[in-house]
Amino acid sequence: MKKTYKVEVDCAACAEKMQEAIKNTEGVKDATLSFMTLKCKVEFEDGVDPDTVIQEARKNCKKIEDDMEIFI
Amino acid sequence: MSKKQKNNLCRCIISLVLVVALSVTFHFIEMPWFVELAAFLIPYFVVGYDVLFKAAKNIRNGQVFDECFLMAVATIGAIATGEYREGVAVMLFYQIGELFQSIAVGKSRKNIADLMDICPEIANVMHEDGTVTEEDPDDVEVGSIIVVNPGERVPIDGVIIEGDTSLDTSALTGESVPRAAHPGDEIISGCITLSGMIKVKTTKEFEDSTVSKILELVENSSMRKAKAENFISKFAKYYTPIVCYSALALFVIPPVIRLLLGMPADWIDWLMRALTFLVISCPCAVVISVPLSFFGGIGCASSKGILVKGSNYLEALASTGTIVFDKTGTLTKGVFEVQEIYAEDGVSRDLLLERAANAESASSHPIAESILRAYKATFNKDINHILIHEVEEIAGHGVSVCYKELPDGVIETIAAEDIDGMATHVKIYAGNLRLMKLVGADVPDVHDEGTVVYIAESYEQKATKYLGCIVIADQLKETTKDAMTGLSKQGIKTVMLTGDAEKAAKRIAEKIGISEYKSELLPGDKVDEVEKLLASLGDQDDEKRARLAFVGDGINDAPVLARADIGIAMGAMGSDAAIEAADVVLMDDDPAKISLAMKISRKTLKIVKQNITFAIAVKVLCLLLGALGFANMWLAIFADVGVMVIAVLNATRTLRIKN
Repeated sequence: MKKTYKVEVDCAACAEKMQEAIKNTEGVKDATLSFMTLKCKVEFEDGVDPDTVIQEARKNCKKIEDDMEIFI
Repeated sequence: MSKKQKNNLCRCIISLVLVVALSVTFHFIEMPWFVELAAFLIPYFVVGYDVLFKAAKNIRNGQVFDECFLMAVATIGAIATGEYREGVAVMLFYQIGELFQSIAVGKSRKNIADLMDICPEIANVMHEDGTVTEEDPDDVEVGSIIVVNPGERVPIDGVIIEGDTSLDTSALTGESVPRAAHPGDEIISGCITLSGMIKVKTTKEFEDSTVSKILELVENSSMRKAKAENFISKFAKYYTPIVCYSALALFVIPPVIRLLLGMPADWIDWLMRALTFLVISCPCAVVISVPLSFFGGIGCASSKGILVKGSNYLEALASTGTIVFDKTGTLTKGVFEVQEIYAEDGVSRDLLLERAANAESASSHPIAESILRAYKATFNKDINHILIHEVEEIAGHGVSVCYKELPDGVIETIAAEDIDGMATHVKIYAGNLRLMKLVGADVPDVHDEGTVVYIAESYEQKATKYLGCIVIADQLKETTKDAMTGLSKQGIKTVMLTGDAEKAAKRIAEKIGISEYKSELLPGDKVDEVEKLLASLGDQDDEKRARLAFVGDGINDAPVLARADIGIAMGAMGSDAAIEAADVVLMDDDPAKISLAMKISRKTLKIVKQNITFAIAVKVLCLLLGALGFANMWLAIFADVGVMVIAVLNATRTLRIKN
């Protein structure tokens, strides 16, 4: 299952880090974040609840870069 | 400017004023060091508190090597060594640089968005009682009637049910000549009506409409990252730690060696060099400018009616060496037209065309239709169906009809019962060579180009007489020849695939100046041909090998589109299947767009390379100068934000690539 979220992040290098953090979240199969469109496409593993997983991903991102937001 | 940017701007201004005021004050009035330090710490915290805060937070989260950390260390280091003003100034200029960068990026983002500003805001829905209300296009159901006033954008795909207009499709196709539209015509969202109000019955939901599809495609394109982008991500991953450890080494190793050699260690000097080194090292300039260039290139292409589905395809397009064209629908219009009329001696061309049209008048086959169109164009009238009877389709051969020929001068509108008295009955045969053989007509010249319809007639009991033949072929598009010349000039090999006979294929190939052609292919053979060409280009996994693009019209050639390195679908406006299967979609059917697309891709790649080279070269140079002690904090700040701003400005040039 794929979902697209609006994100806010200030620098391109941070966006890269955020993408990695989302990718490494449990329940996420793959993620691509585009700094240009400020959108993040997340592909979830089968059978997980995307809402809880994305909350978790958001927490992981906050750990790396406080100055960001995922609009859930 | 956003609220955050305004806020940052305020902080920068306050801090700048304070720094200048304090510097002037301390220049004239001597103060103890702790007063000076305390005074300078005020502007320092005003402008830099968030950086320090973030650095602390990141360290706690185990993310040590980032920009904020570097800036915090560098500025605190400067202040600790007694360079209060320098320390504050570095932080201040770092923040100004960041602000500038954020504005530059925001602006280019907006430029690209404006380029793609084809999204309709409202739909005027007409209700059953005749009232019209404004609604969100998302809420309009399929089958609703919408009203589009002159100058408005069509919000949803549909069919015109009332009113004539001319449409400006430039936002979708880049084509500036307006197109006329009448009731019954399909109309796609994103076009602008130029004259006359029209009523449209919607055939799709908003989210399935052309305009939504295009927007989605372009927005998603930045998700498919190019090799250059992936290279940059990897580069940043290794680069930052390497620089940090180098800085540490720069701080520790030289002083230790100096001590061992019995010289003074100069710890402070080496610390300053290491800190300068750290400031220079920020990889942001490269990391941002590369995706921005690609995004700009894609935005520029889409404003010209070329949709590129990802940065990776834009990149591949630049290294394309071979372009394979499917003939029908890409090089040619895909519409059959009468090309030649070969009449036998003693038979006029007009008679031949008239006979052929009469024979084909009952058929709805594309070939028959093309003959009927040619008849209408020549004689400016339709076939009189009263005069035709006994229509007989002979499967695999052609058609025969009985035509009641009236004597010259008798108008055809005479009453039906009068016709039989005057008319002579002619049997007309129209079809292939086998039909001619079947009816005993002797064909002296066999033609091989396109599709040939042979025509013979027989008067009542007389022998069958061969009249001649009509050649029907697909017409070349007006721009095909120029497009091929353009591509050859760029050094690209062009190949045409066609199901036509060898001779016909050769004639077309010579006419349009295509470098190679493969004839007599069955639909399934096209994949094999593309496979062969791919194999001849070298190893599949070799990243440097020249790429192969296949251009098709999206009908029946999805497997080939998928097999080629880059699948280009043409004339895809409104065709979902083609948009799905292809990597690059040309909204109109102009083959000249291919060379434009290649131009955009090459220019984008050139800008990407310029940015990578420029940013890395300046950084390496500054790093060297920093290590050797020639670079101060000011140069370091330039190497960080200055380079970034230049790279961003260079990247936005991709938006303005012209034909």
